[in-house]
Amino acid sequence: MSVEGTERTVRCLVAKVGLDGHDRGAHVIARAFRDAGFEVVYSGLHRAPEEIVQAAVQEDVDVLGISILSGAHNTLVPKVIDGLKEYGAFEDTLILVGGIIPEDDVAELKELGVAEVFGPGTPMSETVEFVRNNAPERG
Amino acid sequence: MPGPDANGGTGPDRERSASPEGRVELRDRDVELLEGLLAGDHRALARVITRIEERDPGYRGLVSALYDHAGGADVIGVTGAPGAGKSTLVDKLAAAYRDRGDTVGVVAVDPSSPYSGGAVLGDRIRMASNVGDMDVFFRSMSARGQLGGLSMATADAVTALDAFGKDVIVIETVGAGQNEVDVVRTADTVAVLVQPGSGDDVQTLKAGILEIGDVFVVNKADMDGAERALAELEEMVHRRDGSAGPRGTGHHGPRKPTDASGGAGAPDPNGADDDASEWTPEVLETVADTGEGVEELIAVFDAHAAYLRESGELTRARRRRYAEEIRTLVRADVGALASEAIERRGGIEALADRVRRKEADPYGLAAEIVDPLATCLEDRDDPADE
Repeated sequence: MSVEGTERTVRCLVAKVGLDGHDRGAHVIARAFRDAGFEVVYSGLHRAPEEIVQAAVQEDVDVLGISILSGAHNTLVPKVIDGLKEYGAFEDTLILVGGIIPEDDVAELKELGVAEVFGPGTPMSETVEFVRNNAPERG
Repeated sequence: MPGPDANGGTGPDRERSASPEGRVELRDRDVELLEGLLAGDHRALARVITRIEERDPGYRGLVSALYDHAGGADVIGVTGAPGAGKSTLVDKLAAAYRDRGDTVGVVAVDPSSPYSGGAVLGDRIRMASNVGDMDVFFRSMSARGQLGGLSMATADAVTALDAFGKDVIVIETVGAGQNEVDVVRTADTVAVLVQPGSGDDVQTLKAGILEIGDVFVVNKADMDGAERALAELEEMVHRRDGSAGPRGTGHHGPRKPTDASGGAGAPDPNGADDDASEWTPEVLETVADTGEGVEELIAVFDAHAAYLRESGELTRARRRRYAEEIRTLVRADVGALASEAIERRGGIEALADRVRRKEADPYGLAAEIVDPLATCLEDRDDPADE
């Protein structure tokens, strides 16, 4: 019962960007992350890229999971990434995208700095494992 | 004088040394972080709060240094039952404060789900009025299963926001138990939210939360039952008033029975109509969804802040809070030392077994662990050193 903790808690922001209202996937992943022992900040629906940046910076999350099912990933994700860079938060944030993303776009997103893209049907355990293995080390 | 890295040097995650002025040394690698925070870098502020939450080695040096720069903000606590509309109201409050040019910090404490270690923090969902406005700094915190540590971490996060230069800091938490009451107590002004129509709500307030409210807010005042909730609250405020209340200093002069229709007598806090040094909790209505009543609520917060300053109550309240913080820290640290001593003796289970086998008794074992600590303190602790 010490005031000092020893275990580092992984903090995640699960974000719904843009205008699509499909939040089932975001809810499921938020719960899976919680059950894995992560601390999950959930953004709610219909967020603008600048809100996601604001949340990611202020909450100082290790992992940013962006859920997009509207097809607007090619405009929204770069805005989020630019915002993170502006606040110096890009380097040590693990950025994941979930949703239906065409093959070609996946490569492009990764080029931009997205660590991984998870499509429909990805087992939860795979995503959780990916976060465990790739969450940034911080000094 | 301890070495330059006194924070990290000794225990696995504890700093033992204080510098002569009663401060914990700031580690070299934290200097930059501190400077960033003081220079207004949002990322640095966010990172400092993370250190505080993690109880990261060295966080004490940071918080210790932050105390120098803190003390200027009005700290407001907002609590109430789940669904009472806290998050929505806090969002609207933040927007109203921004309108008049104040910068705002929000610490949303969600103590749920401490078992798996994980948590889903949803208080941000309602933050819709301050899109992309970095001068509203909103931070979600979970309990992380640390008993008693939560209120300490909250207080430290508030100190960080204060040192950063926020004019107003709002602590938002569910009013459910002692833990949350402790959290909200770190605020100078406490607003308790009640939702009308569920009669139970006002009843549950009796369990410890009534005593801490400086302002009671019937939110969702456009719902059925708002009138009744208002009346019940006013009656309660009355009653607590008449019975000297747990927060009273024992002095309860002959308080004029205000007429019931007159709104539980919320006297002008600056007026000298009776004791002049007592704050009678105000009861207000709001509709957070539309922002109705938010201006009035802020006016009451301001009045309470002015009352605290003018009556000298602020000094007393801060002294109480700091005393509580010192106590909490000392207790936790001594507890940690004792836990280590227990581990060195094979762990608590092994000790319990010794009692079960009648080889020892709890009192003897406790003495065995604590006596060396006591002896050590007697030997080392010489107040004349100060």
